[in-house]
Amino acid sequence: MEYRSFVDIYTEWDIVAARQLGRNEAKNSGFGTVDQARITTAISELARNIYLYAGKGRLEIERLSENGLHGIRIIASDEGPGIQDMRKVMEDGYSTSGGLGAGMPGVKRLMDGFKVDTEPGVGTTITATKWLR
Amino acid sequence: MMNMRIPILKLNDTLIVSIQWELDDKTALQFQEDLLNKMHETTARGIVIDLTPIDFIDSFIAKVLGDVISMSGLMGAKVVITGIQPAVAITLIELGIRLEDVLTALDLENGLDKLQKELEA
Repeated sequence: MEYRSFVDIYTEWDIVAARQLGRNEAKNSGFGTVDQARITTAISELARNIYLYAGKGRLEIERLSENGLHGIRIIASDEGPGIQDMRKVMEDGYSTSGGLGAGMPGVKRLMDGFKVDTEPGVGTTITATKWLR
Repeated sequence: MMNMRIPILKLNDTLIVSIQWELDDKTALQFQEDLLNKMHETTARGIVIDLTPIDFIDSFIAKVLGDVISMSGLMGAKVVITGIQPAVAITLIELGIRLEDVLTALDLENGLDKLQKELEA
């Protein structure tokens, strides 16, 4: 059985709410402090991307249980402008918003699985997974 | 929700800041401004920012911290960051953020020592 929870992202405060939810879910799933920090940081980056680039969207957290493995999946979805140049977005230091450009490649490094579905003008869904070891 | 201000304490020519709760974006930016104003008012030459209670730092907070260190440098003050937890250090590096040329120390006590040595040097 899967368990899902979500935070709708409209304001900067929702970024805080999303990472608090993520931290709790990570803790309750049995992740240690370092993985809790990784998951919380990843959620913060993805939620901020929604806020900055799409204006609004949803951050979902799903508890996973597959073939005896347990973990957490973060799904960040929006109906924003989509990502024009995927290769650039995954480059360290690339940012169109004056940030550090650490977000996307950083999230990929922090998590175990990372997938981006994006279509210009339609939206973006980013899925990132972390497994309990 | 109400905006919380981070208290900035003055001890001789040093400003001491302990960040006690999770920073949201607005509080972080407000802190940046408050710290620079306080420096200007007090002519403090050194700042210690203690992050012991903080359990994660994302790229935005890292940028604000990095900026505040550069801005303080422009105004002639030195900043020491203390109390970065293991989980925070690991995630910052994995995220790809290198706070280079930043003075750090294990805790507030060591941080104040380091700052004194830097200011005397």
